[in-house]
This record gives sequence, structure tokens and C-alpha cells, in this order.
Amino acid sequence: MAIKDFLRERFFPHIWCPGCGHGIVLNSLLRAIEKLGMSKNEIVVVSGIGCSSRISGYVDFHTLHTIHGRALAFATGVKMSLPELNVIVPMGDGDALSIGGNHFIHAARRNIDLTAIVMNNRIYGMTGGQYSPLSGYGTLATTAPYTNIDYAFDTVELAAAAGASFVARSTTYHVQQLTKILRQAILHEGFSVVEVLSQCPTYFGIQNRAGSAVDMMEYFKNNTIPIGSKAKKENPDLIERGVFVEKEMPEYCSEYDKIIERAMKGRT
Amino acid sequence: MKNKNIKFVQGNEACVEGALYAGLDFFAGYPITPSTEIAELLSYRLPQKGGKFIQMEDEIASMCTIIGASLTGSKVMTATSGPGFSLMQEALGYAIMAEIPCVIVNVQRGGPSTGIPTHVSQGDVNQARWGTHGDHAIVTITASNHQDVFETTVDAFNISETYRTPVILLYDEVVGHMRERLLMPEQGELPLVERLRTSVREGVDYHPYLPREDGRLPMSDFGGVHRYNVTGLFHDMWGFPSDNPKIVHGLLRHLVDKIQNNVNQIARFKEYFLEDAECILISYGSSARSANHVVASRRPRGERLGLLELQTLWPFPYDLVREKCANAKYVVVVEMNMGQIMQEVRKAVDRPEKVFLANRIDGVFITPTNIRDILRLIQGKGV
Repeated sequence: MAIKDFLRERFFPHIWCPGCGHGIVLNSLLRAIEKLGMSKNEIVVVSGIGCSSRISGYVDFHTLHTIHGRALAFATGVKMSLPELNVIVPMGDGDALSIGGNHFIHAARRNIDLTAIVMNNRIYGMTGGQYSPLSGYGTLATTAPYTNIDYAFDTVELAAAAGASFVARSTTYHVQQLTKILRQAILHEGFSVVEVLSQCPTYFGIQNRAGSAVDMMEYFKNNTIPIGSKAKKENPDLIERGVFVEKEMPEYCSEYDKIIERAMKGRT
Repeated sequence: MKNKNIKFVQGNEACVEGALYAGLDFFAGYPITPSTEIAELLSYRLPQKGGKFIQMEDEIASMCTIIGASLTGSKVMTATSGPGFSLMQEALGYAIMAEIPCVIVNVQRGGPSTGIPTHVSQGDVNQARWGTHGDHAIVTITASNHQDVFETTVDAFNISETYRTPVILLYDEVVGHMRERLLMPEQGELPLVERLRTSVREGVDYHPYLPREDGRLPMSDFGGVHRYNVTGLFHDMWGFPSDNPKIVHGLLRHLVDKIQNNVNQIARFKEYFLEDAECILISYGSSARSANHVVASRRPRGERLGLLELQTLWPFPYDLVREKCANAKYVVVVEMNMGQIMQEVRKAVDRPEKVFLANRIDGVFITPTNIRDILRLIQGKGV
């Protein structure tokens, strides 16, 4: 099946600004799905609110565009009710880790088989450039006109600490790696988190003098390294890319099936 | 002879029995007094029939989770009380907008805020109506005894499936925690409405948000052959976001009309001695029990008292109340709040000045004596 067959062309043009990284994530996601050979009817994409969350409308799967921060909770209902579905949850940084932070850690703790994608452009784009919990200390935003004094979460460390059984990071520059990681994440049985560093030239870029979309992608190229690179020892500010956590753990819906089996046999 | 269909249960348990009878498949919830027994019982009962129970991290998540589950074709429910109900409001609006069947139980306690968790109140009546933002219609049902809790719970699922809408079961702490007899109906005794699914075949364009001539929207389950978009934004017949004024107008009108045009079909009520009543008590939920006691005990003394017990609170049955109260000299609304239903009764009747409030707002159940005292005051007899 061609990538184009996964798109709902009826709903184009999309809302993303020129240079936005989210289209690259969409491209990688569809290429990853293409390689899996699943039926479109087996895939559900659940998103929340924000620029990133519009991704659900553009893809020809079962799509659920929900409310801000709650995509993982809706996805939990879909998955638990019908575990044979593959449920993918693309979210923005504010959506996933600010308003949705509680659902994020609890979905990770349950190890329910969802694929959470955090499209991290370090800004609230849809509302026009306010700081997010991933903007980081010293950044500028419309709500941090002097400077941002909030420290950022490390998405990877947070996900791993909360119990996610697959945790990875890539960027919109490293599309080959991103596609491979997304494929692994979807195939992984359990809660998987993929953080994608994505660029918002319109709001984060302009306010933080980060240059054009190309400059911002160049930044991803020059400031990220594969996990375990020696360069990290020399420059601790470099951001690591790759699969940080991949472990086999009992998956939530499979565990609940055992509860049903017990209950049906009359054992408490 | 022992009848195995007779149970001695809490109201919360009667609600669980009603939900299971109606075909509940999936429950998500968060512990909160005085509704917790519903979650506890369902965590035990649902897996026995292959259903699913999940305790979520909060009430926001609970509400979102049942909506997700409903989209796969499950009959779903959550249960909570005031503070949790407040947290559910945004997702409740989503279910209204996306037209997703679900049932929300609110066993009311005293508020605002943490309020008085283990005591009774009926203070969430207007929250049930207007808790979520924006223009909308909503269905809210209540009951005063366990047989009716069972039946209204079944009815809530039926209405939810018929109109593709969330339905709120607004019980209160007294009904939830009191124990009394419940005669379990046999399977088939009460009608059940199953989900209306589309007959559109695979490969044919399915319009998830194009109502049929009768206003109903046949659904296609997630995982099925029709892939479509569900959103809380105003949307077109494919479920795709739209800000086209015609589409926005048409959808909002549809969401309101599908409920408001069916007030009579949705209205549930009970009436006692209304034919010749000079003074009509209007009540609902547990306070209707005390009102009923007053009517039953005063009738033999020749007092022309009657009771209209409302079970459907929203959409409010204005025409019904106007007709029933047309010949009454006084109408006394008995409720445990500051007059939330009294306001609606005043809007409904010919002369608002004949409507009085008999209430209690101190967390203590309103007694027949409380009501009798207020009736004497209204009649100018003193306490």
C-alpha cells in the first residue's frame, strides 16, 4: 500500500505552517505503518488538542480527535475495550506533559499497549507561542517575555521512571531513524513512548532567534547524538537519540484477560 | 416461599444491577463517597461476564475512558459524586458534541467543593443541566426507591443509545446508601435498546454524522469496516472539523433538538392523588419519599394533597408540570437544595407566586415533619 493510501486527501490542505516539523512526523509514522502490513481497520489514532493533534484527521484510520491533554485516557478506553486494535496516540509537548501529564505517567505505569508519540516543538503553537513544560529554562515565549524560569521535563527520563516499557527519542532531521523507531514502538507490546524533537519556526523559532526551519533541523543534526556516543562525555548538553528502554513486561489488557478468566471461574 | 429474585440492597447496588441488566460492558471510575460502592461492585461483577473494569487516575480520565470504550461498541458507565462530576464536565461536553452513548451516575453529596461528603444533598441539579460549557441539551434522570433506581438505570442506557447522548443518573446519598427491597426483573421483562449500527456496506461512503430522517445516527464501531473521524470540534457529516456557519448552526440545532423535541418520550414521572389536589407537592429523588409520606398520611384526614414525583429532571417537562398544576392553589417543591427545581416549576406554571419551596440544606434528610411544618406556614396556620 502506498503512503498516499493512508491519507484522507479530502481533508487537505492541512493546517500546519510552512516549515513545521509535524508533517515530517506524519510522513515517518505512515512509512512505519506501511512496513507493518496491518489493515487500516486495525489502527486507531487518538489525539488531543493542538497543532500536533490535527494529525489524526489526516490519516485514513479510525481517528479520535479528543480534548486537550486527555488523548491517553480516551485511548485507554478504546484499547481496553477492544485490545486487538493498534492504538497510536500522537500528542504535543503541552498536550502530553502539561495538561496531560497525569494520564501520561499513569498510562506508563499500567503498561497498557499504546504508542505515545510526543511531538516536542517546545512551544504552544496553536495558541500562538506560549512556553510549555518542555520549553526549558532561559527560553522566550509570549508568556515569558523576560525569560522562562521553568525547567523542562526530560521526556525520556520521565517515561522510563513512570514505567514505560519502551522509550525512545529521535528528531525530524533523522527521519530514517524515526521511522524505524516508530515501527518498533508500534510493534512493542506495552506502553511505548517516542519523543520526536520537532521544529516550530513560526513561534519557537522566531521568539528564540533559532532561524528558519532548515536552521532548526540543522540544530537537531548538530546537537543530538546516538545513545552512548563518546561526544556526550565531552559535551553533556548534547541530546541522545535512540531506544533508551525496551523491556518485556506484562501488558495491561493481557493481565486483565487473566482477571476475567479468574472471575469466570468464580475465584476472587 | 423464598423468591430468589428479591434482594435486600443499597441503592448503589440496585444501580449496578440495573446497569448489568441493561448490558453494561465497560466501567471506568475513581473512588468517591457516596458512589464508591458502584465501582467496588462492578470491579467484582463485570469480569464475571467478560466485561471490563478499570480504576482510572481521576474522574477526568474516567469520563474520557468510557467515551473511548463506547466507540468500540461497548455499553459504558462511570459513577461519581459532586467533585468528580465537576471534573467530568469537559469530557461530558465532548460526548454530547461527538454524540457518543454513555451513562454517568452522580450520587449527590453536599457541596460546593468538598462540602459534606457523607451526607445528602440534591445540589447538583443545575450542574447536571449546565455544568459543561456551551449551548447543549442533556438528559438527567433520578429515582426515589431501589426498584425505580433499577428501572431508571436501564432506561438511562436505553435513552443513551436511542439518542446517542450521555445520560446523567442523578441519585443522592440517601437513595445510594439506604437498603431496601429490590425485586429483580426477569430477562426480557424490561425493554432494552441496543446500539443502532449502520447497514452501509464496506466500500460504500459512510457518513457518521448524517442523521437519518428520524434524526437517529447509525454508528459504526471502531475496528469495523468504516473509518471515520470523531472530534469535539463542530464537524461535517464525515466528522471532519468545520467552521462553516451553516454546518455549525445545523449541528448545534440538531444536538439540542434531538433531546428537546422528545421531552414527552423522555419524561418519566409518577403521580399520586393529583386529580382533586388543592396543594401539589413536587419532588424527586429521596425527598420524594418524605413528600409521599406527607400526602399518604394527610389524605385520610381530608386534606386535598397530591404528589408529582419527577424522574426526568432534564429536559424539564414544563408542559407536564403546567397541566398537572393547573388547578392547584399551592405548589410546593420539596428538594434538598436552594430551590433549583422550584425555579423551573415557577417557569412552568400559570402563576409563579403560587409556587413555594420546602427544603433542607444542612446535610440532613428532609423529614415529613419538616414538610408539614412548611405547609402550615404557607397556609398561614403557623408551625
